[in-house]
Amino acid sequence: METAVFALFALLAVASAVVVVAHRNPVYATMSLVLTLFSVAVLFVLLGAPFIAALQILIYAGAILVLFLFVIMLLNIQREEAHHSGQAVQRWSAILGAAVFCGMLGMLLWRTHAAADRPLTGPLVSLKGLASELFTDYLLPFEIVGLLLLVAVVAASVVAKRPDAAPEAAVPSGAEPSEITTGAVTRETP
Amino acid sequence: MTALAATTATIGTTAGVPVSWYLLLSALLFAIGTAGALTRRNGISIFLSIELMLNSVNLSLVAYSRLWGDRTGQIVVFFVLAVAAAEAAVGLALFIAIYRQRRTIDVNRMNLMQW
Repeated sequence: METAVFALFALLAVASAVVVVAHRNPVYATMSLVLTLFSVAVLFVLLGAPFIAALQILIYAGAILVLFLFVIMLLNIQREEAHHSGQAVQRWSAILGAAVFCGMLGMLLWRTHAAADRPLTGPLVSLKGLASELFTDYLLPFEIVGLLLLVAVVAASVVAKRPDAAPEAAVPSGAEPSEITTGAVTRETP
Repeated sequence: MTALAATTATIGTTAGVPVSWYLLLSALLFAIGTAGALTRRNGISIFLSIELMLNSVNLSLVAYSRLWGDRTGQIVVFFVLAVAAAEAAVGLALFIAIYRQRRTIDVNRMNLMQW
């Protein structure tokens, strides 16, 4: 039974991951990544980490990928141009490198055969134990991660701010408002 | 608590999937993500591939946590999730800023710093 569930969701994860990488429309790629994340969350439950699975669905699929979708729709990205010029060598070398990497890792794992002979115990899956360890032994990294998230939010809002919202932006009357940069930065128009 | 332990113990005894299969799946997902991050030109697609790679690493961390009966791997996954969220926020803001200036997020056209 567990083997069947593992096989089903592993296949689903790999197939949707291939769609993430291969699809030209970023919206479909993002929705396919949601499917991958849900499959991996099921595997987390199989591995005895239900809290991590819940975090995966809430944070990754619920927050991060919604942010991706918002940005995709905000930027109005059309599908990537199908015309690849001079990129064939790069693409095939990347695929070859990934295949070699995958093969080496697979051979390594094939030889070691790590089996889950330890039964799942209560402390491993209990949320209480996880929380107490997180808030005692790992309290300092936890606080640092909180600070990191604050810095990231501030940095993101500063970087993504419209440049013409700056107070010193004396707009020339002919200029297009969305293309004004602050300061004396010269740039070429696309 | 004892009921939870009992149910999980029964789950554990019927376990038929070796942990190495999970590690193999994780390596496969990581390789797919690597190929995507190297071959795509759309910045959003490269970001999605990087998220896929981060998630495959999370899978291997949880698999090792299961193998050794240690909870530390799950805690590291927690931190990886937080760092991935921060990275996505800052990276997407950078893409918005770049799109405002250059009207594209094709990474082949972001060659201002190329020698």
